[in-house]
Amino acid sequence: MNFEVPNFTPAIPEMFVLGMACVILLLDLFVTDKGRVLTYILSLATLAIAAVLTITLHTPEPVYTFSGSYVADPMSALLKVFIYLTTACVLIYSRDYLLQRDLLKGEFYVLTLFAVLGMMIMVSAHSFITIYLGLELLSLCLYAMVALNRDSEVSTEAAMKYFILGALASGLLLYGMSILYGMTGSLDIAVVGERVMEADHDNIVLIFGLVFVIIGLAFKLGAVPFHMWIPDVYHGAPTPVTLFIGTAPKLAAFAMVMRMLVEGMQGLHVHWQEMLIILAILSIGIGNIIAIAQGNIKRMLAYSTIAHVGFILLGVMTGTAFGYSAAMFYVISYVIMGLGGFGMIILLSRQGFEADKIDDFKGLNDRSPWFALMMMILMLSMAGVPPALGFYAKLAVLESVVNAGFIWLAVLAVIFSVVGAFYYLRVIKVMYFDKAEDTNPIIAGSDMKIVLSLNSLAVLALGIFPAGLMALCMTAL
Amino acid sequence: MSDLPLLSLVIWVPIIGALFVLACHSEERAPLARILALTVAVVTFLLSILLYTGFDLTTHEMQFVEHVSWIPAFNVFYHLGVDGISMPLIILTTFSTVLVVLAGWEVIKHKPALYMASFLIMMGFMNGVFAALDAVLFYVFWEALLIPMFLVIGIWGGPRRVYATIKFFLYTFFGSVFMLIALIYMYMESGSFSILGMQDMSLGLTAQIWIFLAFLIAFAVKVPMWPVHTWLPDAHVEAPTGGSVILAAIMLKLGAYGFLRFSLPITPDASAELAWLVITLSLIGIVYIGFVALAQSDMKKLVAYSSIAHMGFVTLGLFVPFLIFSNTGSMSGAALGLEGAMVQMVSHGFVSGAMFLCIGVLYDRMHSREISSYGGVAEKMPWFAAFAVLFAMANAGLPGTSGFVGEFMVILSAFKANFWIAFLAGTTLIIGAAYTLWMIKRVFFGAVSNENVEKLEDLNKREFFILTTLAIAVLVLGIWPAPLLEVMHPTVDNLIYQISSSKL
Repeated sequence: MNFEVPNFTPAIPEMFVLGMACVILLLDLFVTDKGRVLTYILSLATLAIAAVLTITLHTPEPVYTFSGSYVADPMSALLKVFIYLTTACVLIYSRDYLLQRDLLKGEFYVLTLFAVLGMMIMVSAHSFITIYLGLELLSLCLYAMVALNRDSEVSTEAAMKYFILGALASGLLLYGMSILYGMTGSLDIAVVGERVMEADHDNIVLIFGLVFVIIGLAFKLGAVPFHMWIPDVYHGAPTPVTLFIGTAPKLAAFAMVMRMLVEGMQGLHVHWQEMLIILAILSIGIGNIIAIAQGNIKRMLAYSTIAHVGFILLGVMTGTAFGYSAAMFYVISYVIMGLGGFGMIILLSRQGFEADKIDDFKGLNDRSPWFALMMMILMLSMAGVPPALGFYAKLAVLESVVNAGFIWLAVLAVIFSVVGAFYYLRVIKVMYFDKAEDTNPIIAGSDMKIVLSLNSLAVLALGIFPAGLMALCMTAL
Repeated sequence: MSDLPLLSLVIWVPIIGALFVLACHSEERAPLARILALTVAVVTFLLSILLYTGFDLTTHEMQFVEHVSWIPAFNVFYHLGVDGISMPLIILTTFSTVLVVLAGWEVIKHKPALYMASFLIMMGFMNGVFAALDAVLFYVFWEALLIPMFLVIGIWGGPRRVYATIKFFLYTFFGSVFMLIALIYMYMESGSFSILGMQDMSLGLTAQIWIFLAFLIAFAVKVPMWPVHTWLPDAHVEAPTGGSVILAAIMLKLGAYGFLRFSLPITPDASAELAWLVITLSLIGIVYIGFVALAQSDMKKLVAYSSIAHMGFVTLGLFVPFLIFSNTGSMSGAALGLEGAMVQMVSHGFVSGAMFLCIGVLYDRMHSREISSYGGVAEKMPWFAAFAVLFAMANAGLPGTSGFVGEFMVILSAFKANFWIAFLAGTTLIIGAAYTLWMIKRVFFGAVSNENVEKLEDLNKREFFILTTLAIAVLVLGIWPAPLLEVMHPTVDNLIYQISSSKL
């Protein structure tokens, strides 16, 4: 048996991130708390170089390697670039917060980079095993990060909950994969896809496997009724970790859905379409309704995430290329908005004060008109009010849904969006119409202020000129 | 001059100007913010006048067209253009905004820059709604408009402002999402979001009826028609004077404009089929809401309800032609209804704006909108009383004022359709006169009722200027409406051709 040297080129960004994560891990042993800025800069540099590598190495045609278990295609390149970008923003937003709470340790950066690596693997995986490896690498990093503040009871509880439910979900996913492996005899997604296509699509065992896969995916995405962990984890985790969990992993999870359902099980589309419709409607409905009752803005955003996931699933459910592009556009838009939303919570928080109640935003317009405006843009965007980015994301998904013939679904989705608009408006209401209770000035590093402003302005700018991002999503799929 | 992208200018000059105004948000720079805002508003108004002077009266085609690709993935264009329906409304918008900026001059002490900027941004968006010829562009402006109004009511409003503004936002947001679905559906059928393309596409009756109903929800909330009008009195009562003026003068017109631009030409068969529904709702609005207005003790609420009743005339005028057509088989007299509706829109813009400004004048001095806190104001404020009586007469539809022209045309047209419709619509001349004049009597005439009224001072120069401008507009439009009608003629004729040709 001769050993064939695989083509490493498509995986160069991954190898680079892995190498740098190890280097940073070692290097960090030798820096003092004061010198940790080195770790920060190195991590940002790693992400920047990885982005350059990904962009230069990307090809319009998919390149498979490692015996077909790995792929570099336009979708993976686009998602990876957004993962780097998002993670870089997370690092920038969280530095001051962690510093003030004495949490700024090397582990945060190393875990983040390993999580990025896990996401990159998920995005590029082309076999069930690779997907699972990427997913577990990401999840393990996230479990640890949620418990970063180990003296906090809420955080530890959230981490335990996340770990147990996450492990359960992984188990279900793995079980589904094993059934599919048993039926198709392969782990390679392309081969699985062909075999499923050839098989009778009412094959009960295949559907059985599909159900477990869907449950696993729904857990990871946080779709109702598998959403229970989201509010607790978002609430319990330190805000920078919430920021991270709420953004970049959604991109990776979307890629996982695309690889497993669309590439792997297109033959079962009729079945997963039904399941996704139920998940989507429940998510949009329950997410939006329960969000109204929240007084904690992290929990509110957690439920709003659930509602947004519903929209992403609606796009995927259509089973059309346009629907997938719309879903991808939605997920990227959501990540940009979520980044800003959680970023604002970090901005307002300071030593001993978390700013995680909606009331903590009271009178923000008096304290800082600029950031009140930024937060307003973000909230309106999440509510889907033009001319912010979120509107076009909803428009794209609704178009694909109507196009696939589900007008009633589109109507339901927009009705729930109106319900959802209420709680976003409430945030604007407390910022603009209420008197400030907290008169402390807003202190933050200028790097964070600038990036956060750019982040929010991007939501508006991409709303006025959405053509570029939309075209990218169209061509990537 | 004709090479200037005038429509883009009237949309973007105020929006970009607003950003500069916002930049002067600090206390000490407030005077600068005011002057800047007024300059921007006046410049935009002058630009919109160029639309009138350069308007070609002989064609129904869209003019000042701008057509640039915007979102190629959805086949969406930045497509602007105006015809005889939208051009007068743009001028009405820019005109009202100048007055609103002036009306808030020293009255608004809390964050004046943000206040002025909100109105400028609103003006830009409203011009955008009237000029947009692409459905997505239209929808973007239509929805974006809610944001500044939401802030205006919420920040500068009365005691129940939060309730009123959230109700306003959610009501209108709820209405318009159905329109969005209808637009997407038509995009799927026709392959483009062009409004003109949608007007030409053929549609089955069932599809038309669904689309019509979706539009009806969106536009009926905005107009507002009974029974989805309840947000309006709340919003009006709580809004600051400027907010009420824009709400009454322009925002209500958006709904009627939506009927004209979307419902009538895109779904003519469904409109004919369901004309009875809209006419019934309009008549309920005219008669019932008129009585409701009679019972109000709050001046702003009274004018708000009278706005609903007057807008009932607009929707009546828009749908009466269908009845004429089905009764007589001819379209003669139909033009009268449509043009009457449009004159009524413009006139109501001036008159209701003026009424709210008058209430604002009183409110700034007494901080009360209750009719009972006044009495004998005419003794102390003779000039003001003269203006108020003039606008009240216009509101009641006195011949010689603009209020008469539109109502008269609509009633004449309704006679061709059905005597009883005309009869019910005609009652407004009595009810309208009753509630308006009764309010005027209680507020302005009689003996001076209390010492607060005793201390009132007459109009200052700024208020005098604002009310004079409006008085001139009301009288000119009442005595010599021909320029407005001339502009509308070709477009209305074309619209009548569109609605009388079946799409089935």
